[in-house]
Amino acid sequence: MIAENRKNKTARYAMAIDVDRCTGCGACMVACAVENNIPPAHEGATERKGITWIRVFKVNSGPHAAFVPVLCQQCGEDPPCVHVCPQQAVEVDPATGIVGQMPERCLGCRYCMAACPYHARYFNWWDPEWPAGMEKALNPDVAPRMRGVVEKCNFCHGRWHAARQRAAAEGKKEIQPGDYVPACVEACPAGTIQFGDLNDPASAVAAASKAAGSFRLLEKLGTEPKIYYHSRRDWVRGIADAPQPPMGKENARG
Amino acid sequence: MRIPGKLLFLAGMLAALGVGWVGFPLAIYKSRPQPVDFSHKVHAEKAGSSCEDCHAFRADGTFSGIPTLDKCAGCHAAPMGATVVEKKFIEQYVTPNREPQWASYARQPENVYFSHITHVKAAQLKCEQCHGDQKSNDKPRLYQEDRISGYSRDIWGRPSSRVPLRTEGGMTMGDCVACHRERGLEHSCLDCHK
Repeated sequence: MIAENRKNKTARYAMAIDVDRCTGCGACMVACAVENNIPPAHEGATERKGITWIRVFKVNSGPHAAFVPVLCQQCGEDPPCVHVCPQQAVEVDPATGIVGQMPERCLGCRYCMAACPYHARYFNWWDPEWPAGMEKALNPDVAPRMRGVVEKCNFCHGRWHAARQRAAAEGKKEIQPGDYVPACVEACPAGTIQFGDLNDPASAVAAASKAAGSFRLLEKLGTEPKIYYHSRRDWVRGIADAPQPPMGKENARG
Repeated sequence: MRIPGKLLFLAGMLAALGVGWVGFPLAIYKSRPQPVDFSHKVHAEKAGSSCEDCHAFRADGTFSGIPTLDKCAGCHAAPMGATVVEKKFIEQYVTPNREPQWASYARQPENVYFSHITHVKAAQLKCEQCHGDQKSNDKPRLYQEDRISGYSRDIWGRPSSRVPLRTEGGMTMGDCVACHRERGLEHSCLDCHK
């Protein structure tokens, strides 16, 4: 489909994360796991094998510390994971700009995990299992994934569907800003994460993406991520381009 | 007597086609009848009901689907006609307050996000567009379920002879994609998948 034939207004959803505000509480990680039907960690799960679509890293510089929430960076037109996938299981949705992962198509080769410069992709080493009774807390708007496939953040895409349904019920054609907000944004008690449409010049993210002190992770790679970070501290901004950020724990999975 | 090669080939081919077109579908689908011989036709014509009278939207925009017994019992607490089907329905389900185990032809798999209200209210589609003409449906057909996936035959694996894909009553992914493409609304998998 070429873009001109599409009737819908296209959006480019993005996040602006203010690193100076993040306290490292981890509420975003919990909200994300609950929203996206991520099962409790399997007993064999390790640092490398657990699933955390968003993960707060602690970075140190001498006596100073900062907390950096890292999730799928929702790369622009040409994400590395889309390139390497032999199954066409990853694609950029032109209507929303969201990089979508299709577990039904995924064959579990994990090329995308190797290609992703942000280590934002996770492999299902086990079939999902919920303790008895907890299945009642599952989110019906998100399908659970099976063993042997890769998954990652999709900006709580189920909430986008739900927002569109609510808009239709109210007789609106399009969803309004604020109708659709990912779970981590909603959960953050410090107001660290802002979410919105970059194509909407009035949105807070559009302003934040251009603000002084705004940066993106590994920008020199040209992946054009849609997650904008912000810090007034020079050393925090410096980690964005460091090949091996000075993290407390090593972040390689495989 | 020597059987001519051509005849042998033809017989073999017919047998193979028979296995593929008749034998395999019989083996892969298990079918069961609906619990009640519900007639959409009688309800539409004699009772003058419209689709929304029983298959309604809830206040939050979600769709209620197949009505539950209390909806039926609202009218059929006592027999309204003289048919055997209705008498049996009241005896077996309404009086003992037992929910009929309807089989849903159109239920989509859990990885599909289908919203009725975006299609009916926002896009102004008629029910018949996907569900076919139910007003003249007098007796529910057999429900066929794929033994491996558990999906209804209506939503997956219609016969390949169903060409072109866009016909009434189509609910396979191919039908969804064909309609979205025609209207310029096809963007990516995430349009419908979750």
